[in-house]
Amino acid sequence: MIPEPAVWAIILLPLGSLALIAFVIRPFFNRAARLSGYITILALLGSLALSGWALKSALGHEGPIGFTLHPWLTLGGPTSATGFTFRVGLLLDPLSAIMLVVVSGVSLMVQVYSQGYMRGDPGYSRYFAFMSLFTASMLGLVLARNLIMLYVFWELVGLCSYLLIGFWYHRPAAAAAAKKAFIVTRLGDFGFLLALLYLYFHRASFVAAGLDPFDIADLHRAVATGAIGGMVVTWLAVGVFAGAAGKSAQFPLHVWLPDAMEGPTPVSSLIHAATMVAAGVFLVARLYPVFVASQMAMNVVAVIGGFTALFAATMGLVMNDIKRVMAYSTVSQLGYMMLALGVGAPVAAIFHLFNHAFFKCLLFLGAGSVNHATGTFNMQFMGGLRRVQPWTYATVLVAGLSLAGIFPLSGFWSKDEVLVAAWRGGTAFSQVVFWLAMAAVFLTAFYAFRMMFLTFHGQFRGGVEAEQGGHASGEHRVHLAESPAVMVFPMVVLGIAAVVSGFLANPVVDLGPIPKHWFAEFLGGALGETHPQKTSLGVAVVSMLVALGGIGLAWAMYGTRVLSPQRVGRALRPLHTLLTQRYYMDHLYERAIVSRGFYKGACQALEKFDDNFVDRAVNMVGWFSRNTGHSVRRLQTGQVQLYGVGIVLGIIVILAVYLIGQ
Amino acid sequence: MLSAIVFLPLAGAIIIGLLVRPARWVRYVAATVAVADLALAIWAFVLFDTSVPQGLQMVERADWISAFRIQYFLGVDGLSMPLVLLTALLGMCAVFASWHIQERVREYFVWLLVLQTAVTGVFVAQDFILFFIFWEMELVPMYLLISVWGTGRRENSAMKFVAFTFLGSAFMLAAILVVFFSVHSFDMEALATAGLGRLLVPTRVVFLFFFLAFAIKLPVWPVHTWLPDAHTDAPTAVSVMLAGVLLKMGGYGLIRINLGMFPQEAATLGGPMMALAVISVLYGAMVVFRQSDLKRLVAYSSVSHMGFVLLGISSVGAAARGVLNPVGLNGAALQMFSHGVITGLLFLLVGLVYERAHTRHIPHLGGLASRMPFIATVFLIAGLASLGLPATSGFVAEFLVFVGTFRVAAWPTALAAFGVVLAAGYILWMIERSLFGPQVARHEGVTDASLVDAVPMVALVIAIVAVGLYPAVLTNVFSAGLGPIIARFGP
Repeated sequence: MIPEPAVWAIILLPLGSLALIAFVIRPFFNRAARLSGYITILALLGSLALSGWALKSALGHEGPIGFTLHPWLTLGGPTSATGFTFRVGLLLDPLSAIMLVVVSGVSLMVQVYSQGYMRGDPGYSRYFAFMSLFTASMLGLVLARNLIMLYVFWELVGLCSYLLIGFWYHRPAAAAAAKKAFIVTRLGDFGFLLALLYLYFHRASFVAAGLDPFDIADLHRAVATGAIGGMVVTWLAVGVFAGAAGKSAQFPLHVWLPDAMEGPTPVSSLIHAATMVAAGVFLVARLYPVFVASQMAMNVVAVIGGFTALFAATMGLVMNDIKRVMAYSTVSQLGYMMLALGVGAPVAAIFHLFNHAFFKCLLFLGAGSVNHATGTFNMQFMGGLRRVQPWTYATVLVAGLSLAGIFPLSGFWSKDEVLVAAWRGGTAFSQVVFWLAMAAVFLTAFYAFRMMFLTFHGQFRGGVEAEQGGHASGEHRVHLAESPAVMVFPMVVLGIAAVVSGFLANPVVDLGPIPKHWFAEFLGGALGETHPQKTSLGVAVVSMLVALGGIGLAWAMYGTRVLSPQRVGRALRPLHTLLTQRYYMDHLYERAIVSRGFYKGACQALEKFDDNFVDRAVNMVGWFSRNTGHSVRRLQTGQVQLYGVGIVLGIIVILAVYLIGQ
Repeated sequence: MLSAIVFLPLAGAIIIGLLVRPARWVRYVAATVAVADLALAIWAFVLFDTSVPQGLQMVERADWISAFRIQYFLGVDGLSMPLVLLTALLGMCAVFASWHIQERVREYFVWLLVLQTAVTGVFVAQDFILFFIFWEMELVPMYLLISVWGTGRRENSAMKFVAFTFLGSAFMLAAILVVFFSVHSFDMEALATAGLGRLLVPTRVVFLFFFLAFAIKLPVWPVHTWLPDAHTDAPTAVSVMLAGVLLKMGGYGLIRINLGMFPQEAATLGGPMMALAVISVLYGAMVVFRQSDLKRLVAYSSVSHMGFVLLGISSVGAAARGVLNPVGLNGAALQMFSHGVITGLLFLLVGLVYERAHTRHIPHLGGLASRMPFIATVFLIAGLASLGLPATSGFVAEFLVFVGTFRVAAWPTALAAFGVVLAAGYILWMIERSLFGPQVARHEGVTDASLVDAVPMVALVIAIVAVGLYPAVLTNVFSAGLGPIIARFGP
């Protein structure tokens, strides 16, 4: 069994790497910035090794391993209904163990790749410092046993994405995208915060049962024993889901993720695969018993997830920026995970998260590699790259097939489980989301292969030089060649994972060392889903055919150009415009609501009110007292006679009042 | 001990005023005094015994004007102690932030140190008259510092500040006198523990008199308008002191006097107080968005953030309904400290930016992060702390306020908590416009922070992060002092 300090070390190693870079390398050895990369990679290697040990311990242990709780902040009596206790502790169970491996493994690959991608950037050390903190925060989030602790890491993950999306802060678009990501996710976090407050609101029920409301294990127990129930659970789940929807970019809070492209590509890769967006799905899975206890909350999750899966996929159809296609793809795939959670299949959701992490990370690294060669992310100016970048092409093709859900690649297995779960969900909602998800399968296959054909097939269309009319700046140049080995190596590793992770982790037959349905058995117990999903050949075949149909259409339009994309676009012009304008949602949020309604409306009105009314009222008081002073001063004539009259009058008045009072 | 902490800056001021001849030595003497005072305050903080359940520690008591039973009576409890530490910390930062003052250096430092004595005195005085003297004493240096070393419409702003505070003080003096003529005592501790009994004037009126005085200082909407003006025109160090500690005098007074001595009234008027708090939070936050001057922006954000203090204070009133709730008030006290260090740091940074870029007009800034990475980094940390990012003190304090208040009044708390989302908006927007983006040609020559500038920045960042990571270091002290006050609300 893994000892507690070793589990802490999973989080502390990358934190130590941050400290070392920030306080030693950056100030004193900035010339040797490459050290920062090595330090980060070493730390993550350590984390990965320890994560493996943690996974092994979780495998050999019945039920979750709760480590010692350390009292951190106590107010009032720890057991009184009005006190407040915050105890820090770690929770290692199958869910967190699997997430640990995914996060540290994917992050490690991204860091190796970054050494090549970020080479020569003036912010090299800063980049790896932020990446270390990013990984550490995500690992902390995964291991947290206490909801407040989870919330702390949750926000730190948000902070790091802010810092990394805005890494090139001198670019206005990057600075704006970073801000947008932080604010939109914080809007969701507001719901999470309210859920925490609401949880404390019911502290008395917990304390009566000897439980701590913020302790995740205790919360599960409270739901199981009925210490809390009914609408309380529903509100709790909805609040938590608001936070999860913000982080996991679910409709209507999805708008930040496509803009997050402004960060360096490996950052996008990490955000889209293992950190940040995965946090939302993880959170719902982490508090799964709470969600299960409320059918209403489950329906919300399923419908939002299913809708997002289709909605985001439609926008992915028309984007020309390769990273934007991927971004909408991620939003859509996260929708699949959410809908799986909503229809009662948490194992399928986490399984999809697991597989998606590898192939989506790879797709982004591939986009970075392509950008390395062409200097642009605009697919209009790519083409024909399979000849110059065979390794990139091969690995991205694997990832694309996996994303499309083609047998026997990893995406097939988990997407199939999600679809089956929805098919067998048994409620009207799950039927609806099944068809949404099935439609999205077609679109996914289409946009994935539209991307493949535009990028790697056909003739090269000039890269950044053509895009900028021959005025390529020094920073971006066309340099048609395969990326360096340090970038290709992680892509190959991830490519292998994208091929086998689905089949090997959760095989449909016994594979010797790996028993049948290993993943589902391991995780299912922890998530209260004891019976592994039955596979359905019918659903599998249909979804495969649908996906092949999508690929076929993409081939027809962008491979052979039998169908001219321009003609199709013209024929469907209103729809095409709606999609390229992203359903005008950014427009609505940024221009109508924030700029016009809030900034120029409410805020300006209050500002005017403050200046013209509140402040003026105060000045009026000053003016009034000064003028009173002026008028009263005239009475101070210095003539004793006048004062005498005053005194006499005063006495008469007092006497009169006294006598009347009598 | 306490007398030393209180009067060391005054002694330093006298020495500077009378003895230190070469003007260039002045700042060294001031720095020595400020650092020594901070060391004393830290020592006192360490000596403070949190295991003593209640009552004052380090008491110094002597008859002063026995005819009126006025005493020289100093003491600290868990509420005062962190605020004394805060004052000493920010006092030191203020001295370092004034390093580049060129005009009438001697007088400047004299008044700055006098200010520190006055504010520290407010937090440790346990006799009403002594309290009032320190309270008023703070006005003189503030008036002079703003009107002589300030910028813009400085005389006007200084006058506005003084007029507002005076208005409040007049009500406070009246209230103190009513209390004295009713129970013949100025002893704040005895008055609080024994209860006031029947007063000559209805208790509610006395309560409201005190409340007005402290609400102006805090400041609470709608008596906040002196704050943006005073801040905008004050020199950097004075803004630091003003936002960092002077506003805390209001919160301190509310807790010590309004809650501590008038639990019944505080419970009855909890609702209106909470309404004012919520308005302050949201109103302040929304007006922030419209500000284009960095200092005014931070000033209005103070209105919003100090609203959280009032929110936590108002939550205690519900104790009368049978729920003794220490969390919200502890959060409010912690928020006072936290806001002190965070906003102190923000004003310090705005000062540094202004010194270099010669403008605080946000549209004229931009791209500064490339020119001054260290200042920009610290600015970012301070901004993130101000928007309540976990691992900074701002998060812990606001979270505790919300947790404590939500139990009592869920909807008002939810509304106020939205202030945190708004804070993310205005802080990040401000940072984006002033620090990020392409470099601006007019800021070609700006330089990063010097070593002297870095001292207070580093000190405050350490304070912010330390409290954020391990808040118990302060909450243990605060709750020792707040416990007896909350207990008075018991059934």
